[in-house]
Amino acid sequence: MAETLLEARAIDKRFGGVQALKDVSLTIRSGEIYGLIGPNGAGKTTLFNVFTGLYPLDGGEVLFCGLPLNLESPHQVAAAGIARTFQNIRLFGNMTALENVMVGRHVRTRAGVFGAMLRTGAERAEEAAIRRRADELLHYVGIADRAGDLARHLSYGDQRRLEIARALATDPKLLALDEPAAGMNATETAALRGLIEGLRRDGLTVLLIEHDVKLVMGLCDRVAVLDYGEKIAEDVPESVRANTKVIEAYLGTSAH
Amino acid sequence: MDTLLQQLINGLTTGSVYAVVALGYTMVYGVIQLINFAHGEVVMIGAMVAFSIITSLAGSGMPPLVIVLAGVMAAIPACMAIGYLLERAAYRPLRHAPRLAPLITAIGMSIILQHLALLAWGRNPLAFPQIIDNRVFGIGGAAISSVQIAIILLSLTMMAGLSWFVYRTRFGIAIRATAENVHVASLMGVNADRVIAATFVIGAGLGAVAGVMYGSYYGIAHYTMGFSLGLKAFSAAVLGGIGNIAGAMLGGLLLGLVEALGTGYVGEMTDLCHWPLASGILAEQCADGGNFVLFGSNYQDVFAFLMLILVLVFRPSGLLGERVSERA
Amino acid sequence: MNMSGREKLGLALIAVALIALPFVLALAGTAWVRITNFAVLFVLLSLGLNIVVGFAGLLDLGYVAFYAVGAYVYALLASPHFGLHLPFWVILPIGAAVACIAGVILGAPTLRLRGDYLAIVTLGFGEIVRIFMNNLSSPVNLTNGPKGINRIDSFRIGPVNFSGSDTIAGLVFSGPIKYYYFLMLVLLAVIVINRRLQDSRIGRAWVAIREDEVAAKASGINTRNIKLLAFAMGASFGGIAGGMFAAMQTFVSPESFVLNESIMILAMVVLGGMGNIWGVIAGAVLLSFVPELLRYTVEPAQMALFGKLLVDPEVLRMLVFGLALVFTMRFRPAGLWPETRHRREMNENRA
Repeated sequence: MAETLLEARAIDKRFGGVQALKDVSLTIRSGEIYGLIGPNGAGKTTLFNVFTGLYPLDGGEVLFCGLPLNLESPHQVAAAGIARTFQNIRLFGNMTALENVMVGRHVRTRAGVFGAMLRTGAERAEEAAIRRRADELLHYVGIADRAGDLARHLSYGDQRRLEIARALATDPKLLALDEPAAGMNATETAALRGLIEGLRRDGLTVLLIEHDVKLVMGLCDRVAVLDYGEKIAEDVPESVRANTKVIEAYLGTSAH
Repeated sequence: MDTLLQQLINGLTTGSVYAVVALGYTMVYGVIQLINFAHGEVVMIGAMVAFSIITSLAGSGMPPLVIVLAGVMAAIPACMAIGYLLERAAYRPLRHAPRLAPLITAIGMSIILQHLALLAWGRNPLAFPQIIDNRVFGIGGAAISSVQIAIILLSLTMMAGLSWFVYRTRFGIAIRATAENVHVASLMGVNADRVIAATFVIGAGLGAVAGVMYGSYYGIAHYTMGFSLGLKAFSAAVLGGIGNIAGAMLGGLLLGLVEALGTGYVGEMTDLCHWPLASGILAEQCADGGNFVLFGSNYQDVFAFLMLILVLVFRPSGLLGERVSERA
Repeated sequence: MNMSGREKLGLALIAVALIALPFVLALAGTAWVRITNFAVLFVLLSLGLNIVVGFAGLLDLGYVAFYAVGAYVYALLASPHFGLHLPFWVILPIGAAVACIAGVILGAPTLRLRGDYLAIVTLGFGEIVRIFMNNLSSPVNLTNGPKGINRIDSFRIGPVNFSGSDTIAGLVFSGPIKYYYFLMLVLLAVIVINRRLQDSRIGRAWVAIREDEVAAKASGINTRNIKLLAFAMGASFGGIAGGMFAAMQTFVSPESFVLNESIMILAMVVLGGMGNIWGVIAGAVLLSFVPELLRYTVEPAQMALFGKLLVDPEVLRMLVFGLALVFTMRFRPAGLWPETRHRREMNENRA
């Protein structure tokens, strides 16, 4: 069995009086595509925001590569090796596609203000490397021809790809995708699926939140199901599909 | 004279004015998360309009109370109209623009209003005509004037009225719902446009009265008075918890007290001749009851700012507010 | 960056024109050179503020406070007030450092919060600095209060004193003309620095924060530090400009550092186009000459029509700035000369 990449232990998260996540534990193994599904409001995105440092925890802890993950601030999470995309795409609209990806390299590069003002040799070399890597990633996600266009002028599907490229630019060990197929048509979804499968082939671990159950079941190695902030199942897709609790949750016959 | 009690009375007076002005900031911030920089200028215009009316009626032989009331009654609709126009013409078109746009517009409108007032009323302050017999009462070694009593009572009445409106009426509930979440409130049938416009209009109306009170307390109204008054009232709103109506009232009163006590005691406290170690070094200056005051009461306007910074460092959500940091 | 022959020729022409400009202006009167110098100073200030507002998207409404700090540092270290007469090249960096420290002290608690707090805190800070300048004349006379500090040293480079005239090769280099060239050199440096910053790792991080702070954080940017960096850089630029102002003016007083000045600089940045260096320069030049323009149009017009001044040009000036802010945001949010990131990027790819 592959080693554990991320382990969440007894995560609790409350918003005022609402318990958004209750005692959620799960493990993501290196190299797998791990799906997270659940009905609307089950706490998927909340969990996601907890993992990426956007929301502070109320209880529990997250281990990443065997070490406690500092969830104080999102940039430290990114530095540790978790990158994410957003459900409602969040790009830097008035920057070009290439620049968006170059921003992703920030956390892996060092040049400061003085290096930039003096254009030192080290700064120029690093800048060239950033540009090269960003260019590669645009090719990788298949939008290299849009490199010079402003992010906000890109089509919806290309924006999703750009967001993935930007996330990849941080050299993540875990790529967390928040509903990447939302709003996509069948063709775009198929292409996205190809892209994610390619990521797995290249050895990346992917955490996938998705509404499109078919996509999740077809793509993921293992799937966890959240309902009312609690994990009700975690298994390979076939078993999850047969799980009565999961069926109840989705059909709304649960006793809540 | 009892300095402490006196400063408490003075602090309560200015504090209740700050509270009323702070309400205007906090209501608008609550519903659209905008610092309406122009609010201070609206308050100033309220004072200017009222003073103009009062001055022109001063010789008419009408009872003083009627004259003042006439001034206030003219200022309120004038300010409400400005508040409404501000929202309608300047802010509403930018509601979906990037965050910086309405903020820059707000500071621009503030400058425009201030200089329009300068055009209308000139550079010289308007003096409050001597029509009221401002009686002074002594209590426990301190003095309180009838103007101070009137300001405190009127402010408390307005705050109580607003609280009743916001917590007990349908429209008030709509305002609070919009402050909580614009989208959900809209789904529930709240007309967000009307609510937002209303917060501007109500805030401006309260501000008009506050302007008159502030002006009559100091005896003058001036086209620049809105700036520091606005800054202080905003600090008060942050102190109480921005967006929180009860917080603005509490913050205003507290800020007034802190400022009055600070102004009253800062000279004494920073007089190095009272400090054992320093007075030795400064023996020459301190001889014969001399003093060496680092910061005197001329730093009055600094206290509100220091308070603002301290609140932002230690409790950015304010006394009564929930978390205000970046909404994800 | 590679340039085409035509671009090179254009730049050369502009350079020649800028070198000749002060002598042409001097023909109309040295006052015009002085006015131009102050316009250049405002261009410098606008470029400093542009880092904060334009690049990083942080609204600084008290920018003039840092300008004041730089000016007072210069005044205290090069005037009879304390009897200190340090050379300008020592003081300007000190002024920049002091302004920078003030910026960090102010920004550190504020910048971890919602962006609009910075606006109000800087607005307050501008006032506070003025109150201190006005009152720090007792118990120890630090600032000389509202009277300000007089007889500040001019720049001096070796035997060349910027306060007097020198004749070189038949050309009369008056004090203002010397300052003009000095300002132009500083301006050139500031433009180069701005452009380099814009196309750097830090510059991209600034723009990313401006565009979407949450996404910037998630992309691994330590937004608080990077914002603080922008704020401190802007403050340092203001400090340097303040030092030059003190030397050019040979006199500073709190009067020069009022809110309206901050608003004017902001209007220059906003009108020109936030984030676009050339736009900001154009905006600053344009608005710098508004007072002059009003003096030569509105004043005579009013005198002719009414026989007296009904509307003070100073009031009109502020109305123009206020309206510039409001109308730019409403109708041309990217400014009169918007940033063309797209085209820039394409050119660089081609190069």
